[in-house]
Amino acid sequence: MDFIPLIISLKIAVIATFITFFLGIYAALLIMKMNSRWKWLVDGIFTLPLVLPPTVIGFFLLLILGKNGFVGKFLLNMNIKVIFSWQGAVIAAVVVAFPLMYRTTRGAFEQIDMDLVYAARTLGLSEFKIFWKIIMPLSLPSVGAGTILAFARAMGEFGATLMVAGNIPNKTQTMSLLIYTAVAGGDMELAMHWVLVILVISLSAIFTMNMWTQTQSKQGGI
Amino acid sequence: MSLYVDIKKSLNGFNLDVSLEAGKCTTGLLGASGCGKSMTLKCIAGIEKPDSGVIMLNDKILFDSKKNINIPPQKRNTGYLFQNYALFPNMTTLQNISIGLKLPKQQRDEIVIEKIDKFELSGLEDRYPHQLSGGQQQRVALARILAKEPAILMLDEPFSALDSFLKWQLEQEVINVLDGYNGTTLFVSHSRDEVYRICSDVAIMCNGKIDTFGEKKQVFNKPNTISAAMLTGCKNISKAKKIDETTIEATDWGIRFVIKTHFDDMNFIGVRSRFFKIATENEINSFEIEIIKIIESPFAITVMLKPNGKNTPIFWEVDKPYWEHIKKTGMSKFLSAQPDDIMLLK
Repeated sequence: MDFIPLIISLKIAVIATFITFFLGIYAALLIMKMNSRWKWLVDGIFTLPLVLPPTVIGFFLLLILGKNGFVGKFLLNMNIKVIFSWQGAVIAAVVVAFPLMYRTTRGAFEQIDMDLVYAARTLGLSEFKIFWKIIMPLSLPSVGAGTILAFARAMGEFGATLMVAGNIPNKTQTMSLLIYTAVAGGDMELAMHWVLVILVISLSAIFTMNMWTQTQSKQGGI
Repeated sequence: MSLYVDIKKSLNGFNLDVSLEAGKCTTGLLGASGCGKSMTLKCIAGIEKPDSGVIMLNDKILFDSKKNINIPPQKRNTGYLFQNYALFPNMTTLQNISIGLKLPKQQRDEIVIEKIDKFELSGLEDRYPHQLSGGQQQRVALARILAKEPAILMLDEPFSALDSFLKWQLEQEVINVLDGYNGTTLFVSHSRDEVYRICSDVAIMCNGKIDTFGEKKQVFNKPNTISAAMLTGCKNISKAKKIDETTIEATDWGIRFVIKTHFDDMNFIGVRSRFFKIATENEINSFEIEIIKIIESPFAITVMLKPNGKNTPIFWEVDKPYWEHIKKTGMSKFLSAQPDDIMLLK
């Protein structure tokens, strides 16, 4: 059996999840502290990839990262080409998975009783300590859930990846792209084979998430 | 004065404009919900920022808009007890008490052990807040605050979400703690009884302003504004006009009262429901009544009456045994109020 599509998929999803994890938390904090009247607009932009068709996201990414895009030109000057590379697939996966992480984390942060933060401040705790010792531990079940959702989304990403990274066997061909190619070529057996692999991974992700949320809420009794 | 506050803040159409000085005693802030009591405490603690003004604590400037000083809450050394205690749910009793102490481990442990002992929390060190009773939670919160030896203690309606039995117990515990604390204490409440039992000075707040400030007995016995009278529990208030130097007319009730003192910007009078007496027709300050309704409480009877045929009711409160006695001997058609018991209000 050829493991390469599995490895490509996992590599892209793991790296994308790692990036999304920090970006999502940072964006959630940013929005929470924002007092500007443009907050709704920024929130809208952050959430947009959740509702846009992946092809539209792919289109925008091509505009930005392509030869004539402002980021693409800059990267090209440094001799980096992201279009039709696995790095491009990572970027596509980050963009589509980001709103899931951002929304779940923000929901968790907003549910925290502000009196806890105020009390911590009057007790002399620094903002850094308040975040890591109080806000994060209390949000952990949701942050974990957000991370797993982001991972699952990154792993299943198809449309935007196809447009940005292409469907190059042994390079950018992920499992979902391979299934599409196999079905298009009439090889239902090969498609079924990879469908089962994706099913197993997705089910384990959901199972892990549920187990973890349960143990977390038991521990803290929150 | 160890605490000096003179601040202004507008928020969503609400204007806070508070001037307050408090000594090293317990000062009560009494006011209806939403009058700005908690906002005042939050400004002192540094949780909220006033638009302008000055806050000073023990000669240290905490906030001064003109000098552009705004000390962050972390450096103000205030103790703030929240209504729900705000214990960190992910930390044990021990961790909750020790987290605010920035000291070498040995010193920190000494303080924590001392507080756990003092607040009768031994055996509960490793419990999480949700595993503690309401009373234990309050003790952890107080221990956590006092471990830092704050320069001021602020209690924000600590009893208002409790049932009456627990409320009484916790109130006694707080009174004990306050007896052993020799800094400034601000106690916020909308209950006049709590404020009267716990505090020595009282500030009455109304619509974002301090309406009356003084020693509690003075404020409760001789309130001179309509909001102070209402917040200290006066149920009977009427518009009033001056007839001559010793007489006023309560226009809502159609009664003329003889009074002892007089001041010019008086617009209302108030009489506490306990201060009416059974009278005869010719007695001083007597008026004719008609009983409309009898309201029974566990230990008292409140009688709702129409004075002199007017529609604004008067409430008269008597103890139950006395009421039984009156019912046996027959109710008089007249009540009176002594000149001393009539409060003249702005």
